[in-house]
Amino acid sequence: METKNFKRVMVWELPVRIFHWVNVLALLVLIITGFIIADPPALMSSQEATNLHYFGYVRFIHFVAAYVFFFVMILRLYWVFAGNRFSSWRAFWPFRKKFWRNFWHVMKIDIMLQNEKVEDVTKISIGHNSVAKLSYIAMFFLAVIMVITGFGLYADMSTWWLPKMFDWVVPFFGGDYLVRTIHHVCMWFFIFFAMVHVYLVLYHDWLEGRGEVSSMFAGYKFVRGERLRDEDKVEDIDPL
Amino acid sequence: MNSNNKSTETYYESIIKQGHSRRDFMKFAAFIAAYMGLESTMVAQVANALETTKRLPVIWEHFQECTCCSESFIRSDHPIVADIILDKISLDYTLTLMAASGHQAEAAKHKTMEENKGEYILCVEGSVPLGDDGNYCCIAGRSAKDILLEAAEGAKAIIAWGSCASSGCVQSAKPNPTNATPIHKIIKNKPIIRVPGCPPIGEVMAGIIVHVVTFGRLPELDRQGRPKAFYAKRVHDSCYRRPYFDAGLFAETFDDQNAKDGYCLYKVGCKGPLTYNSCGTIKWNNGVSYPIQSGHGCIGCSEDGFWDFGPFYERATNIPGVEGEGIADDVGKVAAGVLAGGIAVHAVAAAISKRKEVKRRITRGKENEKNIES
Ligand code: SF4
Ligand code: SF4
Repeated sequence: METKNFKRVMVWELPVRIFHWVNVLALLVLIITGFIIADPPALMSSQEATNLHYFGYVRFIHFVAAYVFFFVMILRLYWVFAGNRFSSWRAFWPFRKKFWRNFWHVMKIDIMLQNEKVEDVTKISIGHNSVAKLSYIAMFFLAVIMVITGFGLYADMSTWWLPKMFDWVVPFFGGDYLVRTIHHVCMWFFIFFAMVHVYLVLYHDWLEGRGEVSSMFAGYKFVRGERLRDEDKVEDIDPL
Repeated sequence: MNSNNKSTETYYESIIKQGHSRRDFMKFAAFIAAYMGLESTMVAQVANALETTKRLPVIWEHFQECTCCSESFIRSDHPIVADIILDKISLDYTLTLMAASGHQAEAAKHKTMEENKGEYILCVEGSVPLGDDGNYCCIAGRSAKDILLEAAEGAKAIIAWGSCASSGCVQSAKPNPTNATPIHKIIKNKPIIRVPGCPPIGEVMAGIIVHVVTFGRLPELDRQGRPKAFYAKRVHDSCYRRPYFDAGLFAETFDDQNAKDGYCLYKVGCKGPLTYNSCGTIKWNNGVSYPIQSGHGCIGCSEDGFWDFGPFYERATNIPGVEGEGIADDVGKVAAGVLAGGIAVHAVAAAISKRKEVKRRITRGKENEKNIES
């Protein structure tokens, strides 16, 4: 039996990887502190309030993580224009035939778990697959909602122009009530997303052995040799 | 109520005539300037304005309401507020407090409206029911909407007192059977000051009126049309229990030791963190106390929709109509569980369906392992 010939391709450049992991960290911190703020545990302490500031710190950490979440999102947005074919906005542009060809392929092979009789390597994505892309687009808009509602609630406590830019949010929704309910409900979708995302990454790595997991650490994925035009030229790969 | 020549009197003249001393008057000026958030150097300007300005004609309409705004107003800290601004001089028409009634009262109102067209301040207490042709609230044989439109026509500005007039309050709670509507949704072409609260604090009400008198214009309003001086901060940000909040020390129930020790009421449903009002600083009933100081969480009475946003005694808020946040957590946990189950099923199905493919790769990998040379 012959082993397929694989080439190592740089897929996730450093800014993408930094975005990914900082984002993971920020989200984890935000969700945990968010739950604590929404429903603080009963604190058994005989100390006076003067000597304690635990809830204030939890909120402070939440706000710091929110800034990190926001700035790393800006970095990623910048990289949408500066990055390679896999991280560029072009890759996320859904109004292409290729995009939907891959979408149905993923639905059939990876979601419905069908098997192909003849494998067509051009249907396989190198970067994100189309289903994942759609989920990232959705997550981006959800993140925008979180930023708007979060900074909207925060604006009133701040003197800095950046959060102050969001001081229209609370009046727009008519009050804090709705804003924080939206903020809270949307948070759950990040949890759902993370569950499915982690599972599917493991699934792809396990099944395909093309370095799905390690690509987010080192940046490389393994691509069939025949998809590369020439030894050292990888430029013309379709941005799938 | 007032006679005609009174409209040529200044506030100061009326105050003195009512038997107050100049000292009382100066105290009032200082006190109201402080509440308005003015610098102490502005006290003279306030006093001066009250001495020289002719009193503003005010028409005060009552629609769907409980009169708690008027109650609050006449209980405001300083006797001059109740005595002079409201009761004896300023009001040309107010159902509740005027002596005249029936046709006499209506005639007085129309006279004021004609003589002071474009000059008078229209105060509205209560929401306007638009449902069923406005039949749910009729005064002197006319619907509230009719009366409002007529009175608003010649008004210089409108003050929407209380949550009823500024956001609809409890009578507009779902399903809002009378279609109770706040003033700004009906009148679009006049400056409107919204003074939410159920009721608003008396000193806030007096402060707004004095501001209009002193400076001849409306106080600075925020994006929701509320005076910034009184509605810029959350109750939470001026709450004296805030150190307990920041420390994470909360009353768990209303009768536990923590509650007795005066811990923060966050977990028993205090809506102070969501509510913009001055309760923490101005307080109520001559500064005696306010709800949180008396051991009860803020219910958010000055927030639009507080009546529909869910339980007063729990942390969670609801989206009106849908059970929101509290339920969101329950739904979220269930959904996460279902999702985890789905993932497990998918993983097992994948292992079965893709077994040949996986096996091929494993075999190849093992073969390659044997062929390692160097
Ligand atoms: S009692 Fe209410 S307003 Fe006061 S600190 Fe606690 S949550 Fe905030
Ligand atoms: S503490 Fe809250 S509920 Fe009570 S009067 Fe003030 S704003 Fe209204």
